[in-house]
Amino acid sequence: MAAASVAIEAATEVLMPGSEDEAIAAFGDGAEVVVVGGGTIVVPDLTYRRLQPRKALMLGRAGMSGIEKNGSRVTIGATTPVQELVDLPAPLGPCAANVADLEIRSQGTAGGNICAGEGYEAPRGDLQGALIALGATARSAANGDVTEEPLEDFLPKRRERLLLSVSFEEPAAGAFAGLDRPHTHDYTALAVSGARSVDGTLRLAATGTGSWGVRLPSAEAAAGDPAAAGKAALNDVTPHDDALASAWYRSKVLPVLVRRVLDELKESA
Amino acid sequence: MNLTVNGIAHEVNGVELMPLLDVLREELGVRGPKAGCHQGGCGACTVLVDGEPRRSCLMPVAHADGAEITTVEGLGAPEDLSPIQQAFVHHYAAQCGFCTSGMMLAAQAYIDRGGTDEPEAIQNALAGHVCRCTGYAKIVEAVAAAARGDEFDLSETAVGKYTTMTTGGAE
Repeated sequence: MAAASVAIEAATEVLMPGSEDEAIAAFGDGAEVVVVGGGTIVVPDLTYRRLQPRKALMLGRAGMSGIEKNGSRVTIGATTPVQELVDLPAPLGPCAANVADLEIRSQGTAGGNICAGEGYEAPRGDLQGALIALGATARSAANGDVTEEPLEDFLPKRRERLLLSVSFEEPAAGAFAGLDRPHTHDYTALAVSGARSVDGTLRLAATGTGSWGVRLPSAEAAAGDPAAAGKAALNDVTPHDDALASAWYRSKVLPVLVRRVLDELKESA
Repeated sequence: MNLTVNGIAHEVNGVELMPLLDVLREELGVRGPKAGCHQGGCGACTVLVDGEPRRSCLMPVAHADGAEITTVEGLGAPEDLSPIQQAFVHHYAAQCGFCTSGMMLAAQAYIDRGGTDEPEAIQNALAGHVCRCTGYAKIVEAVAAAARGDEFDLSETAVGKYTTMTTGGAE
């Protein structure tokens, strides 16, 4: 095991920016850079040599952590520990509480969770669905250029840009329903998040139906009838087989989770 | 980088990305944190970093720079066990013992933040330490006892009813 760490020493240049601006500069165009937030995903990959990056950009001292509220706008810095999200309202709070265990939630960062690669056995990125349901935007950088865009547009290029923060308007109501995990350390097999904004817009999104979280527009269109909306959600996803669940099981459970979220949102109306 | 481990200050010269666990075990010879899975799954490497439980196998040592680290060696000594260690002995909460040091540190942090003897809260606090054996009822009992501040006479534990059970056939 110690020998693995010696390999880290030999191969990787470590960058430790002291501010967000320094982090943006150090990231550059992102080529050959592995970003390290809390380390919960990257460090084991280094230990077991699944990753041997030329450069590692460690964000721990870049001052990018914290939750800010500006009126009704909530902004979450990329290196905010997942544990700091668990007391936020649904869907994000209960979604964050469903990630791993206390120690890993306290180390792992929101940005790392959002930007994680697809994983070896199952998709990662538990928080993506909840943030899509909230209509969150992502602020990110590459080549020194900082842009803000809907999280859904950011996710496909999340390995090419440095995520700085996500933000969203506090919803009028929210709900989260996920499959129970066989063990605290399993990634989310399937979860549905819903949020109703102050102007009445309803958004639904799923995590665990593909490479990253997706919005469920067909289910939203049928939201007046939760059972029909659950079935309609199957038009918005392509369930897959992986180590956590089969495509068949996911397609049976997704309508149930959609219905539960809509029922809970109705009760809070 | 500077680490204070169980009250002793160390200067370490590793790579920033090296897991804290490897620095503790290989460089400083502190072997209480166990290298079980080396990927965050078993909890056996858990230490306290500034009083908070952390997986030392997942933490780049740079993130612990300047921190106070407590390992099981810092809880108590064999002749002077801490309350949580006494509770584990009294309640027979160690099974093979490999994950016990990490569990006791997570339990210590739980008690330090005001945790009660309520079983569900204890199970949540120790959720990341449940890997594969079966002795969890005893562990939850031990943590509950320590959370209540129970006191134990360990000399009685050592020659208590369980010893009688194992020698009962010869009497």
